[in-house]
Amino acid sequence: MGGRPALGIPLAVTEPRATPPFLLRDPARARALVDFLHRHAPPEMVRIVHVCGTHEMTIAENGLRSLLPSGVEVLEGPGCPVCVTPTVDLDRAVKIAERGAIVCTFGDMTRVPGTRVTLAEARAQGADVRVVLSAADAVVVARKNPDRDVVFFAVGFETTAPGTAAVLLDDPPPNFSVLCSHKLIPAALDALMATPPTRIAGFLAPGHVSTVIGAAAYRAVAARHHVPIVVAGFEPLDILYAIALVLRQVREGRAEVENGYPRAVSEEGNLRAQELLAMAFAPCDAVWRGIGRIPGSGLNIRDELARHDARHAFSVQAEEGEDKPPGCLCSEVLLARAVPTDCPLFRDPCTPLSPVGPCMVGSEGACSVWYRYGERPHL
Amino acid sequence: MCLAVPTKVLSVDGNLATVDVQGVRARVRLDALGEEVRIGDYLLVHAGFAIRRLDPKDAQETLALFDELFAWEDAPPSGSPSP
Ligand code: SF4
Repeated sequence: MGGRPALGIPLAVTEPRATPPFLLRDPARARALVDFLHRHAPPEMVRIVHVCGTHEMTIAENGLRSLLPSGVEVLEGPGCPVCVTPTVDLDRAVKIAERGAIVCTFGDMTRVPGTRVTLAEARAQGADVRVVLSAADAVVVARKNPDRDVVFFAVGFETTAPGTAAVLLDDPPPNFSVLCSHKLIPAALDALMATPPTRIAGFLAPGHVSTVIGAAAYRAVAARHHVPIVVAGFEPLDILYAIALVLRQVREGRAEVENGYPRAVSEEGNLRAQELLAMAFAPCDAVWRGIGRIPGSGLNIRDELARHDARHAFSVQAEEGEDKPPGCLCSEVLLARAVPTDCPLFRDPCTPLSPVGPCMVGSEGACSVWYRYGERPHL
Repeated sequence: MCLAVPTKVLSVDGNLATVDVQGVRARVRLDALGEEVRIGDYLLVHAGFAIRRLDPKDAQETLALFDELFAWEDAPPSGSPSP
């Protein structure tokens, strides 16, 4: 829309994701924000971490890193749910598929390597694995196949989990169950800050997770670790603005939660969605690929819904396998300690067509985004 | 993955709405919304579920937020409250 802004820099030139009334395209303010960042870059190096594949897409597509002052770097942490799903969950899904159930999941999940095979490879060997766009679609599959077991392999953060909760609570058919691998973002921020050496000066909180959980959900983490957290939207201007708010907090020595995306995020969030989550799930410890076990960072299906919990319906055992192939730097990338180009395997041999590690598989994994957009750090 | 897109409501049928997603019609579930939805409303939709109603006015107000940031710079630095 509107073509290239007269900035001499590649800002906002890609296909917009927003519909016109929600586009923020204003070259003058973009320039003003970039100038602001340059005026307020602190003397010491500032590392800002976001945890959202969609943020990474906005940053990489629009070359935002090239606009930042040299003392400010922005890294993607564990923001790709596909990348952080541990092999043990994948292996479970594969075993369930190999036992004859129909396994439904989101597209990228079919390509993530488990200990032996991916779900796509299991399908090539005869298993029935289907890609769905919504938890509701998996229920449709179950209704159409009443004589088959249908398992929805549920991954994603708080944005995605309410949909899974909604179908679990909407009296699904008896042949429908959920293999639940949903994860929670505030617990991940907490873990990143608690894993030394920490060089994180601030976080950009994921906008649509925050639509559900509300800006208030980050207060405890910000206070406990004295770290600024700014909720950020997905337009290039949103990202620049959120970075500016972090820099202002750093400059003022504040560590607060600020909402840079109020058009989609309120203080308390979507209470109805939170209610669904609380009715369907209980928080549990969860393993994040490349990071390890994080207390309180996952969701278990509540006992009352156990008949739709695939872990009960199928007593498959899966070992906690090796989460990371030799040489792959994904753990460091997910912990926001390294960027993809630090990895010796990046581009050769690791590419989206033949990924070595999970960060190259998920289309929102840092390695995959950097491969596709040629993003380079300018350090 | 957490990409959610603004869509425009074309019709509402109980728990379901038909929406326009950049020229494509889609059915979305309203269970996770907890708000009345009317034809012409904008909904933020993720993985087939609406998660928030959007108001086009708020997008313009975001631009005004940026201006507050620039105004902060002109103010004296000590103890300035955040927006
Ligand atoms: S480039 Fe490949 S091997 Fe290296 S960290 Fe990324 S996914 Fe792992």
